[in-house]
Amino acid sequence: VKALVVDDSRAMRTILSRLLRKAGAVDIREAADGCEALACLDGDDLPDLALVDWNMPNMNGLELVGALRRRPEWRRIAIVMVTTENEQSQIVRALAAGAHEYLIKPFEEASLFDKLAILGFPQPATQLA
Amino acid sequence: MTVAVEQFEYVRQLVHRRTAILLADDKQYLVDSRLTPIARDLGHGDTNTMISHLRSCRDLALEQRVLEAMTTNETLWFRDRQPFEALRAHVLPDVTRRNGPTRQLRVWSAACSSGQELYSVAMMLDEAFPELHNGWRVELMGTDFCGEMVAKAREGLYSTLEVNRGLPAALMVRYFDREGANWRVKTAIRARVRFEKMNLVEPWPPMPTFDLVFLRNVLIYFDIPTKERVLMAACRQLAPGGYLLLGGAETAVGLCTDLVPVKIGEAVFYRAKGQER
Repeated sequence: VKALVVDDSRAMRTILSRLLRKAGAVDIREAADGCEALACLDGDDLPDLALVDWNMPNMNGLELVGALRRRPEWRRIAIVMVTTENEQSQIVRALAAGAHEYLIKPFEEASLFDKLAILGFPQPATQLA
Repeated sequence: MTVAVEQFEYVRQLVHRRTAILLADDKQYLVDSRLTPIARDLGHGDTNTMISHLRSCRDLALEQRVLEAMTTNETLWFRDRQPFEALRAHVLPDVTRRNGPTRQLRVWSAACSSGQELYSVAMMLDEAFPELHNGWRVELMGTDFCGEMVAKAREGLYSTLEVNRGLPAALMVRYFDREGANWRVKTAIRARVRFEKMNLVEPWPPMPTFDLVFLRNVLIYFDIPTKERVLMAACRQLAPGGYLLLGGAETAVGLCTDLVPVKIGEAVFYRAKGQER
């Protein structure tokens, strides 16, 4: 699995990247805002999955989701919003804009794996025998 | 008896390492309440002594038991995706076709904990089987031996951490209302389920038969004679053509010859002997 982590907090990017590696992601790119994220998407080597924060400078997460849905070749990227925004109306907006899943911060790490499972991505290998 | 800080930390790291589940700092009581029965059962005296034993020698059987005890009550929405996929694609279409003439559907979540399993079924029925709104009598019952869990299930009120666990965002906005920092299952769904207190180990009250019985992640707590007894009783509770679902790590094979495992999609269900087709 190739993934893109978009969050203006370096600490959060580090946590999310670590969890994604645990879930088997091999190629993880990080971006601090929507503009940086789009700059990562040049060429054919696209991620399968993007974890996207909402509140970021330059281009916020919702705008990024909209941008990712406009280009046909980017539409196969699965998008999970990972954000402290927790109003029902915001979840509706994110889904309407094209996010596939929504995870409210703070979250237990298993919750992220649950979301990946919903989207059909593999689970971490460390399960009960 | 309170579990010592360093013993709690050891269990916490063990659980985290092996299951990716992180026990919060305030979950010492959970270690105490879950492990004390095992410590007694195995003659370790108390939980601290048992954890010391676990730390000093790599007792894999004990480690497994500790992990199961610490994780099995984990409640999430649509727990294990495969059984729910199989329910949607095969089991519920089969049951609704069979029951077409009577227009009746009964589901029982035995050991329902705080209700996520039964609410997951209620949401799935509402979303994928709209024909059930046309004059069907649908009974969705959840039972648990813990009165506190039954009360919580009836409330249908969950923290953000709880709704984060496996609930697809689209269902969260469709079937829940924000209530302060929490999320409550919408009245329309809550009105379709009922929760009662019931101990599976004690004699069962008179109940109707069910088309679908969830008996997940509870047998692991029981000794073999109790497993056999509970499985036999669950089998008798199946309506003709009904389905029984156990937890991913549980089996009825070798415990109840009246139940036959049937692979459906990627999941295994059990059906009463002679009713497999």
